[in-house]
Amino acid sequence: MTNQKLTVSLPPHVYDHASVRKVMFDVLIALSPALLWSIYVFGIHALRVVLLGVSSCVIFEYLLQRYVLKVASSIDDGSAAVTGLLLAFNLPSNIPSWMVVVGCFFAIAVAKMTFGGLGNNPFNPALIGRVFLFVSFPVAMTSWPTPFVDRWQFVDAVTQATPLSIVKEGLRNGAPISGLIEKIPSNFDLFIGNRGGCIGEVSVLLLILGGLYLLYRKVISWQIPVSMIGAIFVFAGILRVSNPNACMTPLFQVLTGGVFLGAIYMATDMVTSPMMPWGMIIFGALIGVLTVIIRVFGAYPEGVSFAILIMNAFVPLIDKFTKPKKYGKVKNV
Amino acid sequence: MIMKMFNRLSSFPKGGVHPQDFKLSANRPIEFLPPPKTVTIPVSQHFGAPAIPIVKTGDKVKIGQVIAKADGFMSTNIHATVSGIVLRIEKCMDVSGYKRLAVVIDSQGEEWLEGVDLSRNFKADIVLTASEIIKKVQQDGLAGLGGATFPLHVKLSPPKGKQAEILLINGVECEPYLTADHRLMLEKGPEIMVGIKILMKALDVRKALIGIEANKIDAIEHLSKLAKDFHNIDVIALQVKYPQGAEKQLVEAMIGRQVPIGGLPIDVGCVVQNVGTAFAVYESIQKNKPLIERVVTVAGESLKRSSNFLVRLGTPISYLIEIAGGLPEDTGKIISGGPMMGKALNTPEVPVVKGTSGILVLSRSFSKRDPVLPCIRCARCVSHCPLGLEPYLLMNLVGKAMYEEAEQEMIMNCCECGSCAYVCPAKRPLLDSIRLGKSFIAQQRKERVKP
Repeated sequence: MTNQKLTVSLPPHVYDHASVRKVMFDVLIALSPALLWSIYVFGIHALRVVLLGVSSCVIFEYLLQRYVLKVASSIDDGSAAVTGLLLAFNLPSNIPSWMVVVGCFFAIAVAKMTFGGLGNNPFNPALIGRVFLFVSFPVAMTSWPTPFVDRWQFVDAVTQATPLSIVKEGLRNGAPISGLIEKIPSNFDLFIGNRGGCIGEVSVLLLILGGLYLLYRKVISWQIPVSMIGAIFVFAGILRVSNPNACMTPLFQVLTGGVFLGAIYMATDMVTSPMMPWGMIIFGALIGVLTVIIRVFGAYPEGVSFAILIMNAFVPLIDKFTKPKKYGKVKNV
Repeated sequence: MIMKMFNRLSSFPKGGVHPQDFKLSANRPIEFLPPPKTVTIPVSQHFGAPAIPIVKTGDKVKIGQVIAKADGFMSTNIHATVSGIVLRIEKCMDVSGYKRLAVVIDSQGEEWLEGVDLSRNFKADIVLTASEIIKKVQQDGLAGLGGATFPLHVKLSPPKGKQAEILLINGVECEPYLTADHRLMLEKGPEIMVGIKILMKALDVRKALIGIEANKIDAIEHLSKLAKDFHNIDVIALQVKYPQGAEKQLVEAMIGRQVPIGGLPIDVGCVVQNVGTAFAVYESIQKNKPLIERVVTVAGESLKRSSNFLVRLGTPISYLIEIAGGLPEDTGKIISGGPMMGKALNTPEVPVVKGTSGILVLSRSFSKRDPVLPCIRCARCVSHCPLGLEPYLLMNLVGKAMYEEAEQEMIMNCCECGSCAYVCPAKRPLLDSIRLGKSFIAQQRKERVKP
């Protein structure tokens, strides 16, 4: 009986079935309805950008780990694929292929690997990639193809401005709000995704659907999306009431500019967001306020990416001030 | 009736996990296991100082005879669990994996110490006074049978100025696989009730509550029915959640009070005892029978007969496994205790002791841990920690040898329930690190006290 080899290890001896890979694949599953809709809206080019984004992120991670860092490859954890997909979701579908590759390189090499890889990056890599492209190639990054036009042909797409930039340009040129409303899609079209924009941001409905799946799978919690969208709504509402001619309705503010994509999938990135529920609420609310400030008072029509990245920097501070309550600290012995 | 119970299910408010419960032996009645040819009885089976042997090699002993005397207040007596000849007194491997002093007895016949009531008569009348009860349980070597084996008489003698007002009886058995307490509640209900009355008398408390998790409906119903005859004993059905059997969590789940950091349940006016201990108290006080045996669950998916055995202390664990159908081919781990907090054994040739609640035979698939990945800050360890600690942070601090900071983050308050390591998606050895840090800090503290 004793000749059988026994393993001795510290407890616990059982584990639940959670894994990093399952977390990452849940995010991929949650994003897939929005992805299918984008392919329907933007056609073959959406597919091109997404495939290119995912594959270049995975390949860059592999090459860097294999030849530069000389460590075991971690591409099978799925985090590089998630970064690639999220970055592609934040790009217009008519962006040149080489720009996608450059963005992916920046996201993986600079934003992720220089800090030590998964879990150590202070900023969301996909957003760093997007902002890098946005600052470097503003024209390519702000010309969005008209939806449902030339979907299945490799031709230069007909482009148009997004609702947010129509409003921003219009207000800058002194046009009245009432005149601008005719040029932008209705709130219902914005909600279901009958409009142009970045690949992943078009259908709010499907993004919420994926978000509910992530909530159900406990990959994200409600605090960040709710506080962020709530803060945008409330803050934009206050501005709207105080000056109806300079500011769009709060509903328009939350339905445009990738608010739902950012709130559900980018701001909730576990690595770059606070850990405790109250910290998440503070984090989300401040992202919302910053987003509106950038949109209304800043130079850019769109502020979600910048707001999230700015707040990423405050995560350690927020974590420090929202520590869990220790058991038994209520009374003194 | 069941619905009524579910309406008031309570639990501890923060953290905890829900491991699959695998109660394979829940329907197996307790079987008396005849004593083996030789038993190995360690003199240290309790929390505190080891007892001092008072027999010599070659001595003839009877069942129930004291073979090692308690060394001071924080210690208990050790008794012979078989009758026969003392073969040797030497250092033997015990559950801890270390060699410790033990008395080895060769079993010959079945000769009990005079005065032990071996009849089947049920005795409900308590004749001893409170101080007599405390003295008697000390003589009879009683210790908490939930696993911590804290000497019972110490718990029954609260420090000056502190008075217990409520007795909590732990029938939670939140560890997967284990069913020893469950079976005991079903089969020895009346005895447990009398044991509780005795404990109440010793502590001078007016109220006792029995906490049982809702996955043991039959035990809840059975003890609730019995409790109707006692106006001051009630059964509380609790949600199924690990680690509800931990003292601090049980106190909060049952009466909503938090034991202060560094304190004991007596600081919030309660004393917690296991149902197994209540039964042992009945046997000691009413039947004059010292603690010489206990119920042990032997379970495992590949084991032929997962069972609950009434075992004499000192019986080799290999003997239990043999009776349960032999060690399966695919065995990778043998655990003493439950799978969440139990200890992996390097050999089954170690004896059952007072704190052995179960023996698990786990297949090789339990032997391997998944590769460790970087922390993704998912905060699952933080939200599942029942004590409000931040295990990921403690692991980082211990890894960087920042022990002072770890101490400030209350690392010493960790109860080692393992919930953090259980839920970690990156499979990080959180509890291993915390235990390492704790032992290092404990060492440092000891050295600080030295001149």
